[in-house]
Amino acid sequence: MGKPYNNTKATLALAKASFRSIMRSPSAVVFTLAFPLIFILVFGFIGSGEIKVKLAVAPGSDLQNPVIQALEHNAMVSLVKDKDTADIRNGLEKGNIDALINVKKNDAGTPAYLANVEYTSASIDKGSILKSVLSNLLSTLNAKDVKPTVAELYESTVQGRVYRRIDFILPGQLGFSLLSTGVFGTAFVFFSLRQNLVIKRFFATPVKRSSIVFGECLARIGFALLGAIFIIVIGHFFFHFTLIHGVITVLNMLLLSIIGLIVFMGFGFVVSGIAKSESTIPPISNIITLPQFLLSGTFFSIEVFPSWLQPISRALPLTYLNDAMRKVAFEGAGLWDVKHQILIMVIWGIGIYAVAVKTFKWE
Amino acid sequence: MSTKNAIISVKNLVKKYDDFTAVQGISFEVYENEIFGLLGPNGAGKTTTLEIIETLREKTSGEILVDGYSVEKDANKIKRIIGVQLQAAGYYPNLNLVELMELFSGLYGVDIKPMEMLEKVNLQDKAKAKYKALSGGQKQRFSIATTLINAPKIIFLDEPTTGLDPQARRNLWDLIVSIRNNGTTVVITTHYMDEAEQLCDRVAFVERGEIIALDTPDNLIDKLVSSGFERKKEVKKANLEDVFINLTGKEWREDN
Repeated sequence: MGKPYNNTKATLALAKASFRSIMRSPSAVVFTLAFPLIFILVFGFIGSGEIKVKLAVAPGSDLQNPVIQALEHNAMVSLVKDKDTADIRNGLEKGNIDALINVKKNDAGTPAYLANVEYTSASIDKGSILKSVLSNLLSTLNAKDVKPTVAELYESTVQGRVYRRIDFILPGQLGFSLLSTGVFGTAFVFFSLRQNLVIKRFFATPVKRSSIVFGECLARIGFALLGAIFIIVIGHFFFHFTLIHGVITVLNMLLLSIIGLIVFMGFGFVVSGIAKSESTIPPISNIITLPQFLLSGTFFSIEVFPSWLQPISRALPLTYLNDAMRKVAFEGAGLWDVKHQILIMVIWGIGIYAVAVKTFKWE
Repeated sequence: MSTKNAIISVKNLVKKYDDFTAVQGISFEVYENEIFGLLGPNGAGKTTTLEIIETLREKTSGEILVDGYSVEKDANKIKRIIGVQLQAAGYYPNLNLVELMELFSGLYGVDIKPMEMLEKVNLQDKAKAKYKALSGGQKQRFSIATTLINAPKIIFLDEPTTGLDPQARRNLWDLIVSIRNNGTTVVITTHYMDEAEQLCDRVAFVERGEIIALDTPDNLIDKLVSSGFERKKEVKKANLEDVFINLTGKEWREDN
């Protein structure tokens, strides 16, 4: 017998074994790293999403006039000049072209030019942008050399941080990565360890049950954090993902990741307990992950959802993880500033582990 | 085998499941440093009995002492002095044999050199292989290696030779005998009577949850013969398995 039994040593041995096993498991690597990275690459290259109005110039329209020239220099408008009438009609109907302009010299004298603009119902949004661009532009042109009689407008823009698409997408993808690692990984591992009698063999050693659970969780957290760092580093250096306070921000994000992952692993424990066979794990896991993937603001803000859907979104734990991540990364919030989000995740955690304790099976 | 100290003592062991009784009042002792065989048909209660002694299952009633420790009070102390090979147990996925050995040394809380353990069962060449990639005989040898990690006083082997070819089986017998010769008590279950006859110092026959005979193989055979039993066919000096071994050779094979 000799020395007393060392629970920490057993836990660490398990964590090490589990970590090695995860690193060699293709599905874990694909779900945690490859999927989120692909989404980040796709959205990273889509760019910052500047709005451009495609304005066709009617064949035969006068080009040497101040209206067209001002439009040429407007960053929001791109002029399409080389299309014939049929192409333009077609484009307008499909919404490929947002509007048509035709400028003519006024034979009557004043005003010097007449501008005819035709919008399309296929592109109402951009039509109204063009409307305000044009009215702004024309009033400037018309007011040239004339002192305003009522008020003169001075406009300026505060130089703010550039909010890029990546600043929205990356935290969402990070959340998704943690969700799938937590749910799928945990469910599969505990189910297969139980099914293949690996756990039974463990029970023939002096190891405690808590060491088995804790060792597994430790390995998964370690793996997920490596994944998170990888995603953040790629996002920051290749796509200018904003990290307001640099390393501090990253550490805060990692702490949030741990909280989120622990909650998500709770779902995994429940799934491993209720799954009857290996093939029922993916559908059950998808029931948990897919709604959160779609409704928790992974790709777009939950504010764009219809009002009846928003309460559902606001009930999901991933919504709060994503929200907290974005606040921390882009707004530079500390963990105390997102205590509300953390609190809701903790409540989810308590609830799900209460269920997990009831449903989890060792044999 | 000459000393008669009981290292395991089982008294009136009963195990009831919801609707049937798997073990009904079994009593026996296993002596220190012997190879003890539990024999009997499938479902007779061998594995249940073994798993209760191994502290993996709760008993319904009865008293079991393993090296002086009681299974209900000192389960963890018992686990530290026994080695267990389960029927059809799996091992942690995606790990090679050395890594599995490291895992088990952590679980038992002992420091071992994985390669030395693998050498004991002649698997040093397979150190970097995954458990799943091993042949049947290699899997069983690896399982036995994991039972030796904590230098146990007793090891339990549940049908270690089921499904193996004659060479692999003989290999395993040699291994089991050498483990016993190093001072370890071995408790084994098997369906093969020739194996029990060759290997075991004493055997117990279990049938429907009860022990119906317990003695040395020799005494059991003598008793039967003295009762007037005779084999229908005249016994030859060799059997077909001897022919097989003679033709195919007894040495280790790469894939067994």
